[in-house]
Amino acid sequence: MTTMDTRELLQKVGVNLELHDQLIAYNNKLFEATIRSAPNRPAAMEYFDSAFHASHSSRVGEILDYRTRGGKSIGTFCIYVPDEIALAAGVLPIPLCGGSHWPVDYADKMFPRDICPLIRSTFGMAFSETCPYKKLKDASVGETTCDVKKKAWDLLGFEVMEVPQKKAAVDRDLWLSEVIRFRSFVEKLSGITVTADRLKETIKLVNKRRRVLQTVNDFRRLPNPPISGLDALLVSQIALSQDIQIFISGCERLIEELHQRIKQGISAYQHAGPRILVAGTPSPMGNAKVHYALESSGLRVVADESCTGMRYYRDLVDESPADLDGMMKAIADRYFSIDCSCFSPNKERIENILRTIDEYDIDGVVHNILSFCHTYNVEAGIVDKALAKIEIPSLKIVTDYSFEDIEQLRVRIESFSELLKPVMT
Amino acid sequence: MLVCGIDIGSTTIEVVLHNGERVVGSRIARSGAFPAEHAKNAFHELLSELNLRRSDIDRIVTTGFGRNYFSGADRVASEITCHAIGVIAEIPSARTVIEIGGQDSKMMQLDEMGRVREFVMNDRCAAGTGKFIETISRTLNLPVEETGPLGLAAEQACEISSMCAVFAESEIVGLLHQGKTPADVLRGVFNSVARRILGMAGRIGLRDEIVFTGGVARNAGVHKALEEITGHTIRVPSEPHFTGALGAAILAGREIVGTNRIIPSSVQEVE
Repeated sequence: MTTMDTRELLQKVGVNLELHDQLIAYNNKLFEATIRSAPNRPAAMEYFDSAFHASHSSRVGEILDYRTRGGKSIGTFCIYVPDEIALAAGVLPIPLCGGSHWPVDYADKMFPRDICPLIRSTFGMAFSETCPYKKLKDASVGETTCDVKKKAWDLLGFEVMEVPQKKAAVDRDLWLSEVIRFRSFVEKLSGITVTADRLKETIKLVNKRRRVLQTVNDFRRLPNPPISGLDALLVSQIALSQDIQIFISGCERLIEELHQRIKQGISAYQHAGPRILVAGTPSPMGNAKVHYALESSGLRVVADESCTGMRYYRDLVDESPADLDGMMKAIADRYFSIDCSCFSPNKERIENILRTIDEYDIDGVVHNILSFCHTYNVEAGIVDKALAKIEIPSLKIVTDYSFEDIEQLRVRIESFSELLKPVMT
Repeated sequence: MLVCGIDIGSTTIEVVLHNGERVVGSRIARSGAFPAEHAKNAFHELLSELNLRRSDIDRIVTTGFGRNYFSGADRVASEITCHAIGVIAEIPSARTVIEIGGQDSKMMQLDEMGRVREFVMNDRCAAGTGKFIETISRTLNLPVEETGPLGLAAEQACEISSMCAVFAESEIVGLLHQGKTPADVLRGVFNSVARRILGMAGRIGLRDEIVFTGGVARNAGVHKALEEITGHTIRVPSEPHFTGALGAAILAGREIVGTNRIIPSSVQEVE
């Protein structure tokens, strides 16, 4: 697609071209300075780099074409919304979480300033008419994972799935009923009934996406990971934005190259810095700030626990049920296993973190907390109690998407690195 | 052996030359608008003062906010590590280090070997830092060096409720209009800085011996407020503003001799 085509396309979907140019210039500059600045990247990352740019160009065209052919789509804002069910009803879910700092002030039109940068970025993009997907959806489906989100959905009139706050049997029943209600919602939207056959197919497809993500990330367990934390983050971000089949192929090429790199003894890192688990809030596309600050300071991010990490792909949907009810229950169970900090208590998250530390030979944990995300911020203290018992140090970084505090963060990151691997060696 | 530690902070630059056993020369300069250039000048001025050439220096370690921008540094190290080493060199029994610099404040816990076990640091906010005291001294139209003695002479400390440097400034203007004396206001400011530090201590604890370093440790008013508010005796090294640069220099020296020790040899012998 030529540049001219892209501008026409963006205009067609109601984008303010002048502001969009500013957004893209900002995003591209940061993308070059962070993710693309890493040395020794796998050649197969080229697909993911181009997919990053495609999310504001050719991917928009794909979805516009799909909709012109009668296809339906919904905007989503959380990994609790079950892709399998939407896809089985012929509805394409488009995750719309913002990761760019550029639009945040535009959110002031409707939102207070002291809320998390993810919400400000998402709606800043919508309000500045720089989100190309705003008019490419038939509905938006929110969920109840945080207080700001709940009220944002009310303010904007979105459909809402109720994610329970505890994990007792009664909560599990409520969640299953919400998943069933979501099925009716997407069926009504498209006029397509979700059948056992269709759902079996989409369960397999979405599981396949999870499996390739697991395989890519398994490479990071190695003593000399062939892929960096920055690149692994980009892979997850692209999983959320691109066509599922094309994404899977892109990952398969990457996996092949990573196998080759191991044979040739190629590592993504020049130095054997401390092995870090990044835990906490997600880093949606456009935001790689903490990963960049860590890896450019010589630490190696070898595991991600967030919604743009393991929380997104760790658990599969059970593929064994043959009837529709069984499949619906399997889907509800899988999504209910997500260890979001909105749950009280959330002991599964602690167990998952401890297992990851063991499996990935982690030296230290970095809590990556988006400003004003109270549940992850406070839960870091609960995680730290468990970490103290196994003598794993942690560092908590509470920050937004802007780069104004990057040098202050570096002081803490370098000190943390020196604490993990004393400098006097 | 001749090694150099340079602490390029947000407000001041300290250069320390060390021969592996003791300090052979030191220099302080303002960071100003061109910190990298000022650091270079300070380094070369110290060399010529001692009739030395660049080639006489075996190794340079930089630390502080501008640590990555000094060309010719052999390595960089964080302020937290350098202050810990610098403190332990003078006060081997130190277990808690409070460091207040120009634009940040930090607190570290050291283990018996003098290694940093845990640390906390302020966010991107001037509360409880040298910048806060500098802002207030400007409001009071006083040289920053005079604030300590004046605050100590206060009769009754004012209550400064705002932790934010910007809001505290307007709060202080209000207090002055009410007729409070600059001395009482300053004592209130020092208490507010100390409370901020006590808040950080809540996260990692205060273990004796406690040492206060960084440029602000030269302010006797803040030192006294810290002792009163924490209820602990707090020691200040002889030249607390040089602690970071001293630690960097010692680190450079150890890297040359290749010792894998953080505590000075004298302490190890005693143990």
